[in-house]
Amino acid sequence: MIQQSKIVIKDLNFYYQKKQVIRGLNLEVNSNEILAVFGPANSGITTLLRTLNRLSDLNSSAHLEGEILLDGKSIFAPEINVTELRRRVGMVFDVPTPLPMSIFDNVVLGPRMLGLKSKALQAEKVEEALRMAALWDEVKDRLHTPATRLSGGQQQRLCIARVLALEPEVILLDRPCSALDPISTAKIEDSLRHLKEQYTIIIAPHNVQQAARIADKVAFMLMGNLIEHGPTEDVLSNPKDQRTSDYITGRFG
Amino acid sequence: MKINPRTSQKIAKFVIWSAALLVIAILLAIISDILLKGIPTISWQFLSEIPRNMGRSGGISSSIVGTLLLTVVAVIIATPFGIGTAVYLTEYTRESKITRMIRFSAESLAGIPSIVFGLFGFIFFVTYLQMGWSILSGGLTMAIMILPTIIRTSEEAIRTVPNLYREVGFSLGATKWQTITKTVFPSALPGIANGIILSIGRCVSETAAVILTAGSALRMPTSLFSPTRTMAVHFYILAREGLSTENAYGTAALLLILIFLINVVFNMLVNRFVSKGR
Repeated sequence: MIQQSKIVIKDLNFYYQKKQVIRGLNLEVNSNEILAVFGPANSGITTLLRTLNRLSDLNSSAHLEGEILLDGKSIFAPEINVTELRRRVGMVFDVPTPLPMSIFDNVVLGPRMLGLKSKALQAEKVEEALRMAALWDEVKDRLHTPATRLSGGQQQRLCIARVLALEPEVILLDRPCSALDPISTAKIEDSLRHLKEQYTIIIAPHNVQQAARIADKVAFMLMGNLIEHGPTEDVLSNPKDQRTSDYITGRFG
Repeated sequence: MKINPRTSQKIAKFVIWSAALLVIAILLAIISDILLKGIPTISWQFLSEIPRNMGRSGGISSSIVGTLLLTVVAVIIATPFGIGTAVYLTEYTRESKITRMIRFSAESLAGIPSIVFGLFGFIFFVTYLQMGWSILSGGLTMAIMILPTIIRTSEEAIRTVPNLYREVGFSLGATKWQTITKTVFPSALPGIANGIILSIGRCVSETAAVILTAGSALRMPTSLFSPTRTMAVHFYILAREGLSTENAYGTAALLLILIFLINVVFNMLVNRFVSKGR
C-alpha cells in the first residue's frame, strides 16, 4: 500500500484583513510522525496550526485561499462538519488552559459533549487519556479536585489528555512548553514520542533544540513563507537555505 | 509653595484613612442603631403572627411571606431574560447599532427612579392587565426594574471570561451553545450571581414601586394574585404614620437580617457549585 499523506496543504495563503501572514504554503504531513514547524515569532506558525482545525474561522477579519486535505478530503468542503473536524484534529494551546472544574470533568468534557453518559465508560476514558498523557499516576487519587490546583506542567499534560479523550487523529500543539520548566517539558516530550505511534502530531516547538529532540520532520517558516522542510537530521545539520542556517545557528531569531 | 513628597504622602494617607474610617463608622452606627432597638422586639410571636391593629401589635408574618414571594417572582422572571440578553450581547453579535441600542436602553432603564417603574406597573399590570394590586404585579414590576442590573453584571462577567476558554471549547469540538454553557458559564457564574444578589437586595428594600403595584394589605397572601405589604413598605408605613416605633425597628432589623441571610445562603450555593473547579 502506498503511504498516503495524512494532511496535504496546497498553495495556502492566509490574510488578516489586508495583511498576508501565510504565503503560498505547500506541505505534506504523514501519519504517525511528528512534524515540528519552527521559526521566529510572527512567522505564521500559530495561524497555520489554527487553520488546520479551522479555529481560524472564529476570527472574522481572516480569510484564506488554497486547499487543505485531511485523508484526501478538503476540510473546507461544505459537507464537512466543523465540530467533527475539530474533534479529529485536536489542539493544545501555548498556555495551559484547564477550565475551572475538576480534573475528571476537564478530561471528560469532550466525550460528554458527544453524548457519553455512562459513568463507567467515562471513568475508563479518563483513565486511558490520563495514562497516555503520562499524568495518571500523579492525579489518580485526586481526580475530583480542581484542575487549576495542578502545577503548570501537569495542567498542560491535562490539556493533552483532554484532547486525547476525544480520540483525535491529528494533534496540534502550539508551543506547548513555552510556559513550562525543563522537567515538565521533558515529560511532555516523552509522552509525545509515545503518542506518535497512534497519532499524527504537528508541533510548534519553543526552540530549535526541542524540534531536534522530538521531531521526525521539521519545517522552517519565516515571515509567512515556508523556507525549507524535510527530515529533521537533514534540515538541522545540512540546511540548504542560508536563512535556515542563520536561524539554527542563532544568528537571528 | 512646593510640598515635600513625604509630607504629601502623609497627608494623602491621613485623608484616605479618615475617609475609610468615616464610611465604616457611619455604616456601623446605622446598623447597630437598628439592631439594638429592633432585636428586642423580635420574638417568635413577632415572626409568626400577622399584624394586628394596623401593625401596632401582632407580628409581621404576612409581610415576611409577601416579601419573599415578591422577590422570588421578580428574580425568577428577570434572571433568564437578563442572562439571555447578556449572552446575546457578548456571544452572538458583533458591536453594531443594535447592540449599542440595547445597551443604551438597559443603561437608561437602570437610571430611572423606581417610582416611575411603579407608575408603569400600576398602569400596565395593575390596571390594564387587571392583575390588581398583587404579588404578581409587584414581582413583574420589580423584574423590569432589576433587569438592567442583571444584564449589566452578567455582561461584565461573561466579557471577563478569557477568550481562550471559548477557543478550548471550540477546539474540543463543541458547538457554540456547548461552548457557552460548558466553558463560559462556569467561569462567569460568580459574577452573574453577584448581580442577582444585588437585585435581590433591591427587591427586598423597594418601597415606592411596591406600594403602587402590590398594595399594602396586611392579610396573609393566599396566592400570587393576593395583595401584600412587603417588609420595607410595612416599615415605611409604621414609621411614617407613627403607629409603632418598636415594631418599625423590629421590621427594619429583620429586613437587615433577611438581606444578610439571603447573601450568605446564595453565596454558599454559588461557592458549592464553583468550588468544584477552583
